[in-house]
Amino acid sequence: MSTANTTNRAYGAITLGTLLPWIIGAIILLVLPILMGSKGQLTIMSQMSIMVVFALAYNMLLGQGGMLSFGHAVYMGMGSFLCLHVMNASYFGSVPLPILPLIGGFFGLGIAMIIGSFSTRSAGTIFAMISLGLGELMAACVLIIVVFFGGEEGISGYRDEGLPFFGLEFISHIEVFYLIAFWLFVSAALMFLFSRTPVGRMANAVRDNPERAQFLGYSARWVRFVSFSASGFFCGIAGGLSAILFEIATESDLNVTASGVILLIVFLGGVGFFWGPIIGAVVFILLQTVLGLQTHLWELYVGVIFVAMVMYFPGGLAGIIMSHAVAMSLGKLGLLVRPYLTCVLPAIIGILGLCGLIEMIFHMREAPTGETEMTLFWTAIDTHHIWAWLVFGVIAAGGILLARQQSSVLKEAWDQANTIDTPAEEPS
Amino acid sequence: MTLALELDDLRKSFGSAEIIRGLNLKVEKGERHAIIGPNGAGKSTMFNLITGRFPQTSGHVRLHGTDLTGLQPFQINRLGLSRSFQITNIFPKMTVFENVRCSLLWSMGFKYSFWNMVSRNRALNEGAEEILEQINLTVRRDLPAGVLSYAEQRALEIGITIAGGADVIMLDEPTAGMSNTETDYIVNLIEKVTENKTLIVVEHDMGVVFGLADRISVLVYGEIIATGTPEEVRSDQKVQEAYLGAALEDH
Ligand SMILES: Nc1ncnc2c1ncn2[C@@H]1O[C@H](COP(=O)(O)OP(=O)(O)O)[C@@H](O)[C@H]1O
Ligand SMILES: [Mg+2]
Repeated sequence: MSTANTTNRAYGAITLGTLLPWIIGAIILLVLPILMGSKGQLTIMSQMSIMVVFALAYNMLLGQGGMLSFGHAVYMGMGSFLCLHVMNASYFGSVPLPILPLIGGFFGLGIAMIIGSFSTRSAGTIFAMISLGLGELMAACVLIIVVFFGGEEGISGYRDEGLPFFGLEFISHIEVFYLIAFWLFVSAALMFLFSRTPVGRMANAVRDNPERAQFLGYSARWVRFVSFSASGFFCGIAGGLSAILFEIATESDLNVTASGVILLIVFLGGVGFFWGPIIGAVVFILLQTVLGLQTHLWELYVGVIFVAMVMYFPGGLAGIIMSHAVAMSLGKLGLLVRPYLTCVLPAIIGILGLCGLIEMIFHMREAPTGETEMTLFWTAIDTHHIWAWLVFGVIAAGGILLARQQSSVLKEAWDQANTIDTPAEEPS
Repeated sequence: MTLALELDDLRKSFGSAEIIRGLNLKVEKGERHAIIGPNGAGKSTMFNLITGRFPQTSGHVRLHGTDLTGLQPFQINRLGLSRSFQITNIFPKMTVFENVRCSLLWSMGFKYSFWNMVSRNRALNEGAEEILEQINLTVRRDLPAGVLSYAEQRALEIGITIAGGADVIMLDEPTAGMSNTETDYIVNLIEKVTENKTLIVVEHDMGVVFGLADRISVLVYGEIIATGTPEEVRSDQKVQEAYLGAALEDH
């Protein structure tokens, strides 16, 4: 920790504390494929890593620069399309695949500089509307400019036709994952460092109070433009990685829906902390792939989670985690364990019960007539049997009622965990 | 030329209402100049015109002989003019230290750099610590500026204004809403940090004005009705009538 002696403060000294998260991150990226090496798992982890790059790049705008973009998938998608064209070009045989994301990055940067030159004139609603309009425009262009976007089929290519890189041809999934993980690490580190540069600091200042920043010698518009361009660069890198992983780019990579997803991911993770979007991307891809396999209704659940987060926990998952910092520094985290078990756990069980009911209703309406069997939470259930409804009804009602009843206990424990104990008065 | 600031028939209308009605003023380099006048006289508007917050309707502002017409606030700031605001205007979500450090960046030549780490520059960080020391906010260093008390935020407002080392400093009612002790403290601070600089200050507290200012201008209904040393202004017949009259109207 920093010493109180200001005159001898070692500015910018790199301490173990600042490096530790990065070392842990690198170890996780290195070890994960060894622990989970199946093709499916590697693909999911690769997809997550790409989303993390995209989410961090998006948060350079939203969290750090205060710009709400509804069309940011454009920059990632354009990177993707360009990289696929490179993969299809005759000179691809002399391009090592690992540098391809950089090409995507520079293309994203170029597009962002062109669009940013007018869209960053203001933040707020005008910026948001321009980004939305451009997002729609680009999606329409996909079907119009067939030469570049390939129409409805999109553009596809083969990653293994590049110049072998020290003998690697990136045919196997694990090689692709490590390539993506490398770029994830480099991009995340660069984006983190960017937030510590003069222009990165001023991005925060302009977000908080653009007018005041102008009276300190900075053009709010230039500061926004630099952030916007940098964000476009990293989006383009994510696009290049996506081209390598999926070997295809289509309209769905840059349309407004894709832009909505990244906004959702970043909000879910939390805009207020650098690492928030990382959590958001990991959780979202998990929900999409794992929950998506279990139920057709996964998007409904994700939507409800999103709305609940925005309404009750605007700081996102990172905000929820960091709200425990005070209790932790006071050494009172233990006070929360019991109420979490008696209140939050029943709430979760109750909500799962509710989900069971929803799934049964959905099954009754959607399944072919006569088919009444379904699998819910790994158990076979007959939806035409009253017992199934009763059991899930009781779980849902019981869990939620118990949680409600215990909520005052939780609140009390929370308050207590977040107040500094005043030492008991000494007897006189 | 030793003029720091010169106003030449400066005018401003909002719609059909002419709020600033032809200001002429010369402020010498190194002078401490106070602007007094009743509420609504146009003092803040005059500041906004000089610093580029609003465009003037007609007339000219010259800073060290350079015409400022058409320049943006950030361009004017880079020419060496810095201002504070009557209504506190800080970066509420950033820490106090970060507020001050950001105010130093441009003047220390960092511009839009994305290849320097702010935490690694000794001069920058020590400069920011020094300003914190001067405005007595070292103990609040790592708090978000938004949670400071009113008086502390006013001190930070001044800190941000003077941090960049501009040689013309404009303060809009720096002591408004402060207790006597706080006022004394701020006035001392202003005297200390504006040494050898040109100061233009809007102030209501006559004690402060007569103690601080080399010269005073009286602004009433968008016009400067008198300019001079404190003694000259105090004994001016027009000022007695207009300012006293207006002050009575106010209450
Ligand atoms: N942006 C604006 N639009 C319209 N009228 C304004 C604006 N700013 C100030 N005014 C008017 O100009 C007059 C002078 O205001 P101001 O400069 O704030 O006075 P002072 O600072 O001397 O108290 C007031 O009548 C105010 O209503
Ligand atoms: Mg005013």
